[in-house]
Amino acid sequence: MKEIVLCKYGEIALKGLNKNTFEAVMVKNIKHRLRDMGKIEYSRSQSTLYIEPVDDVDMDELVDRLRKVYGIAKLCRAKKIEKSMDAVLSKETTDYFDESLENAKTFKVFAKRSDKHFALKSPEICREMGHVILERYPHLSVDVHDPDVTVTVEIRETNAFVHAKALDGAGGIPIGTSGRALLLLSGGIDSPVAGCMIAKRGAQIQAVHFEAPPYTSERARLKVERLAQIMAGYCGDIKFHCVPFTKIQEAIRDNCKEEFFTIIMRRLMMEIAVKIAEKEDIQCLVTGESLGQVASQTMYAMVCTDAVSTLPVFRPCIGMDKSEIVEISRKIDTFETSIEPYEDCCTVFTPKHPKTRPTLKDVEKEQQRFDFAPLVETAVNDTRTYYINAD
Amino acid sequence: MIYLDNAATTAVSDAAKNAVNRGLEVFGNPSSLHGVGLEAEKLLRAAREKLAAALGVKDKEVFFTSCATESSNTVIFGAAQAHGRRRNRIITTTVEHPSVAEPVNELEKRGFDVVRVSPDDNGKITPEMIAQNVDANTLLVSCMHVNNETGYILPVERIFKAVKRKNPDTICHCDCVQSFMKLKFKAKDLGADCISVSGHKLHAPKGVGALYVKSGVRLLPLVYGGGQEGGFRSGTENIPYINAFAASTAELEPTIMKRYETVSMLKERLVNNLSGKEEISINSGDDCSPYVISVSVGRIKSETMLHYLESRGIYVSSGSACSKGKKSGVLSQFRIPDKYLDSTVRVSLCADNTAEDIDAFCQALLDGQKTLAKIR
Repeated sequence: MKEIVLCKYGEIALKGLNKNTFEAVMVKNIKHRLRDMGKIEYSRSQSTLYIEPVDDVDMDELVDRLRKVYGIAKLCRAKKIEKSMDAVLSKETTDYFDESLENAKTFKVFAKRSDKHFALKSPEICREMGHVILERYPHLSVDVHDPDVTVTVEIRETNAFVHAKALDGAGGIPIGTSGRALLLLSGGIDSPVAGCMIAKRGAQIQAVHFEAPPYTSERARLKVERLAQIMAGYCGDIKFHCVPFTKIQEAIRDNCKEEFFTIIMRRLMMEIAVKIAEKEDIQCLVTGESLGQVASQTMYAMVCTDAVSTLPVFRPCIGMDKSEIVEISRKIDTFETSIEPYEDCCTVFTPKHPKTRPTLKDVEKEQQRFDFAPLVETAVNDTRTYYINAD
Repeated sequence: MIYLDNAATTAVSDAAKNAVNRGLEVFGNPSSLHGVGLEAEKLLRAAREKLAAALGVKDKEVFFTSCATESSNTVIFGAAQAHGRRRNRIITTTVEHPSVAEPVNELEKRGFDVVRVSPDDNGKITPEMIAQNVDANTLLVSCMHVNNETGYILPVERIFKAVKRKNPDTICHCDCVQSFMKLKFKAKDLGADCISVSGHKLHAPKGVGALYVKSGVRLLPLVYGGGQEGGFRSGTENIPYINAFAASTAELEPTIMKRYETVSMLKERLVNNLSGKEEISINSGDDCSPYVISVSVGRIKSETMLHYLESRGIYVSSGSACSKGKKSGVLSQFRIPDKYLDSTVRVSLCADNTAEDIDAFCQALLDGQKTLAKIR
């Protein structure tokens, strides 16, 4: 049996004169994601991309990968058959829906005829097909308004396709159509979610991670790399910047008041991120912050951190509850990795009573007690950069 | 590299490596009736004789397992299966390794009456503390020989004697993972009915352990199948690793006393180097095995110190490596002050360590104490 996958665009279909550009980027992304899966043919028509494997490929894996590609709203596996009514009505064809039909109570048939020379018109195809299905599955009844199963028959130029079940795609718009973003990736639950949300809106994601050995361990960094690897399934290959942060942490501890530790640390992280962004021609920073979640994520704290950034700082989780963030992290499959318990000894730098309402003036004054510029410079220069690819 | 984490695992010795290779060459299944199988059976038999001699027991009382965890599980669940319907009290301590503590917890969930004895205010466990809980209903006493986190030596000889005096039917199990081939003892000295030991703590590879069960003590197996190991532990025997375990034992047995002296001197050196230093506490006293030394550095997190030492090429563990970052409940049982619980590293030695290793460790520890960020 020859199976193909039909990908239906969501928003791209509405992009007017830019539609072709968006479409081309999405197809390029898909081809990249499927590059190691064997020979595959692609064709487009009417806001649908037809993905037709030539070689024998693992269709489950193929569909899994496609479901992570932003820009696809719906996708369905379809059976490719000969363009004739005999083939459409054959037992082999209805067997393809067997599982869906067995488990349903109601159904309808939907026909689309792009080849207007085909002998039967769409309503006639529906009638014939409905008749055959009712004969073979007598427990079913027809419901054209709210059916459990919709059997679709498409008659196209060279072949016909039948399918019954549409799967949800990842939605959004294709990666690479909205510029580049630098994600501050910590290893917690929130930042991978934030990264994927921005990627979903078409941004190409790079990640920056701050490590502070011996207060953080190699295992903690490997965990973050694993998170980036899971994200890469959605975001494409991720350029990963690992910043050595120990010296800065220690300098903050030695020179600043305890209650300002976290806020000054966040500001220095932002400063470094901006420098990396400038080098990489990146247009924005992304963090996983959610308003009021912890002391460094109050409105006041964000005023102080954003003051050092010359780029916009996007926080897609800002209005979300933890439970909502967790829900998304489960969906993109980063949750289990995020909660792996590797001791993060950064807690030794966490103030007992952090300032929740810092003022920019106070923070700047406190930060001026020490000249961090040379340390920031060194940290940027010593940053290790490498690519993390989807598995 | 200075490796001071020998209680977690040890480097595989040349003798053990060669023995593994020999066991791979002799690839037969010891249960096969032909000559190829017989060759493997010979290795297995010789290995069993070696382990039995080292423990001072009969060959047929030694069973090979995959690890000491399996050995201890076999005793605990095996005793519960065989006798649990008539007697259901199990007595153990609060300082056991999880390979004993967890199966006992599981039996408690299944309705067994579990008594866990904590060390007294001095961090000691006395025979009376255990024996006073023994009654006619007592099925099993499981008590480790040397604690894996502090090196504390439990007085198991006297404990088991006191137990048997109260109820001779009680099965006495001893986890000897940290004492076998380190302290000089035979099974009879301990008075234990069952003993768990492990290969990889003795320079053999991971994946092999052994269990001594005194004849006459009835346990039901955990694993059923082809009837290997006298029907007590089915599954084709891991000849290469069993052979390595025997080779390591053979190599170490003659030098127990000599190595003990070497390691004692190393411990003394460590203690002298660090004694009188502010906010440093050695939690392993004279009643401890010299192989394990628990050291606390006030207000510095264990993991931070561990990774700092690692950056200087020195490898130790925080608490116990098996619990990977989990807070050690065992240390608090030994009455180590709360302020040190989060700040403890474990140094564990083998006779290959040198005085220079100890000096390097102490220097690095003191340097770390000076420079690392403290808990506030």
